[in-house]
Amino acid sequence: MVADFVPVASLLENVARFVPHNQALGIRFASLTDGRVTLALPYDDKLVGNPLTGVIHGGAITALLDAACGLSVYVKLGQAFQIATLDLRIDYLRPATPAKEVHGRAECFKITRSVAFVRCEAFHPLGDQGESDLVAVANGTFMLFRGRPVGARGGSP
Amino acid sequence: MTTVADVVRLAKEGGDVSALVAAIPYLRFLGISADASSGELIGKMTYSDPLIGNASIPALHGGAIGALLESTAIIQALWESETTALPKIVTITVDFLRSGRPVDTFAKGVFTKQGRRIVNVGVEAWQEDRSRPIARAQVIFLVDESPGSP
Repeated sequence: MVADFVPVASLLENVARFVPHNQALGIRFASLTDGRVTLALPYDDKLVGNPLTGVIHGGAITALLDAACGLSVYVKLGQAFQIATLDLRIDYLRPATPAKEVHGRAECFKITRSVAFVRCEAFHPLGDQGESDLVAVANGTFMLFRGRPVGARGGSP
Repeated sequence: MTTVADVVRLAKEGGDVSALVAAIPYLRFLGISADASSGELIGKMTYSDPLIGNASIPALHGGAIGALLESTAIIQALWESETTALPKIVTITVDFLRSGRPVDTFAKGVFTKQGRRIVNVGVEAWQEDRSRPIARAQVIFLVDESPGSP
């Protein structure tokens, strides 16, 4: 039986439509360059984790990076198998700046038969402060279910 | 004006963390609450469709599970330390153990103080069966315990 794969490009472009949580957060596809997937998370009052400062909650960054990492695995595989996040470690270099959009950029740098290794970062685009633009860096590992295609109704994560 | 510090102080005095949770927009948005009435602080994420990350399984989004773990850790840290300022997250490491089914999810944190400024909270999340966790995280926070800090 020929598996019915959803094209990777379609998963990228429909990052919100296929994934309810991404849609709820307003996450959208920004770019794919040299295997690196960039997603955008627009600032919104509902994302705030500290009402005193207006800084968004770390959980929103976690969702953004998890999504970007997962898509970078599909890009590396060239096909959308089911995948599952095994672990994700996020180091926060500084709080995200209130009212600014956050981008998450991920690159899958190694795949084995069962596991994918990804590194990623969250940053503010169009910054003029060089490295200080970085909000967080992260590493993730993903389990691969080869031969089990992502269903037409949606992708993981 | 009621600040987060006031809410934290009131929560500690009255033993009711619901006002603290209600003061944080992202927790309201995801349906995360906390309850300390049983004597231990338990975080809860009430299921709703926007928490789904994989519609075909269906399974909760890793980001939603991560948010519950991080939020429960924050509330645990506030509960057990002297600070009334929200702790700043330094690092979170999440292990995803099982896929999160479309039901309510709970979490419980264990607090360790590492010196004056750093706290470490280990937190575990489960659904119907507490002995079968779906995820766990180690979260490191910076806290400011200087008097009068915001």
